[in-house]
Amino acid sequence: MGDLLHIPALPPAVFILLIGAATTVAVSVLGNILGLTLGIAVCVMRLSLHRAARIAAAAYISFFRGVPLLVQLLIIYYFLPMIGFDLPPFFAAVIGLGICSAAYQAENLRGGFLIIPRGQAEAARAFGYTAGQARRYILIPQALRAAAPALINEMILILKASSLVSVVGVADLTRESQNIVARDLNPIKWYLIAALIYLVINLVLSRLGVAAERRLNVGYEAATL
Amino acid sequence: MTFDHSLLWQYAPQLLKGFELTVVVWLAGSLLAVVLGFALGCALLSKNGAVSLPVRGYVEFFRATPLLVQLFVAYYGGPSIGITLNAFTVGVFGLGFYGAAYFAEIFRAGFASVPPGQIDAARSFGIPRWARIRHIIVPQMLVLSVPPGVTLLIILLKDTAILSIVTVPELTFQVTGMTIETFAFVEPFAVLAALYWGMTELVAFFGRRAEYRLGRYLQ
Repeated sequence: MGDLLHIPALPPAVFILLIGAATTVAVSVLGNILGLTLGIAVCVMRLSLHRAARIAAAAYISFFRGVPLLVQLLIIYYFLPMIGFDLPPFFAAVIGLGICSAAYQAENLRGGFLIIPRGQAEAARAFGYTAGQARRYILIPQALRAAAPALINEMILILKASSLVSVVGVADLTRESQNIVARDLNPIKWYLIAALIYLVINLVLSRLGVAAERRLNVGYEAATL
Repeated sequence: MTFDHSLLWQYAPQLLKGFELTVVVWLAGSLLAVVLGFALGCALLSKNGAVSLPVRGYVEFFRATPLLVQLFVAYYGGPSIGITLNAFTVGVFGLGFYGAAYFAEIFRAGFASVPPGQIDAARSFGIPRWARIRHIIVPQMLVLSVPPGVTLLIILLKDTAILSIVTVPELTFQVTGMTIETFAFVEPFAVLAALYWGMTELVAFFGRRAEYRLGRYLQ
C-alpha cells in the first residue's frame, strides 16, 4: 500500500530552472548558427546580379521581419505536422528561430558588404579568382568583420526571443519557471529568478561578443569604420 | 489544403475586434514608451549619479530580460503584492515599460550626438535656452533618433502578439482561439500573417517618409 501512495521526491526547483536555462542556451545557439548560415545565403542572393534572386531575397527579408516571431513559431508548430514532418518541438523551435533570425542577419550583413569598395571584387576577378572564390576568401570575411557588432547584437536578441519557444512546447527557462510556479504558487519569486538568469546569460553573451569583436579586429585597428 | 473563405466571414467580428485591440494596445504602449523613454533618456545624461545610475539599472534590466517574462511577473506576480491589473492594462504598461528602456537609449544617443561646441557657440551668440533646444539640439537629435525609433515602433507592433500569452484578446489571441474552435489552420494564420505584414510595411513606409522630411535640411 505504501508504495502506491509513494510520491517520488521532486528535484529542487533551482535545479529544474538551470536545466531549463541550458535548453534556452542550446535553442538560441543552434538557432543563431542556422540564422547566420541562412542569413549569409539570403544576403548573397539579395546582392546577386540576378533580378529574380534579389526579389526573392527581399521578399524573404520583408516577410520574416514583418511578421511576429510568435506567429512564425505557431505556424511552424501547426504546419510541419500537417505536411508530414513530425519534428520534436526542440527542433521545430530551432528552425523557427533560425529562419526568422536569418532575415535580420541578412540585412546586417548587407550593411557589411556595402562598405567593401567595389574595386576589391573586380581586383579579385582580375587576379583569376572565380566569383565564388572572391566571395569566399575576400568579401564574406570582410563583411562579417564589418557587420560583427550588429550580428552579435542579433544573437543577444535571439536569446531573449527564445522565451517564446515555451509556447510551442519546449521546456526552456520560461516554461520551467511556469511549471515551478504551478507547483509552489510563488510567481513573483520564480519569474524574477528566471529574469535574473536571462540577465546573467545576456551579460556573459555580451562579454563574449566584445571579446569576439576584438579578435576579429586584430590587425585592423587602423581601419576605423 | 483548400482555402475556406466562409470561415473567415464567420469569424470576421472576432478578427476585427482583435485587430482593433492590437492597434489600440500598440498605440497606447508606444506612446507610454516614447514619453517615458524621453524622460529616462534625459535622466541617463544627468551628471548626478543618484539620477543616472538607477535609470541605467532600469534600462539594462528591461533590455536584458524577455518581454514575456516581464509580463509574467506583472500579470501573475502582481496580485501577490497587491497589484491586480487586468490583461489589457498589463499589456499597455508591459509594452510601454519595455519599449521605454530602448527609447531611453535611442534618445540618449541622439542628444549625445550634438557636439557640445555647437551649444557653447549658440550660448555665446546669446541664443536663448528654448531656442537652442528647439532650433539646434532637437532637429539634429531627431535625424539620428527617428530611424531606430521607427524600427523600435515596428518591433513593439510585432511584440503585441506576445500579449496573447497573458490573455490580452488581441489579434493573435483571437486567431489561436479560432484555430482551437474550428481546427482550421491555413485560413486564420494566412490572414494573421498578412495583417501583421501589412501593418509593419505600412509603419515602415511612413517611417521612411518621416526620415526623409527630417533629414531634408542635410541635402
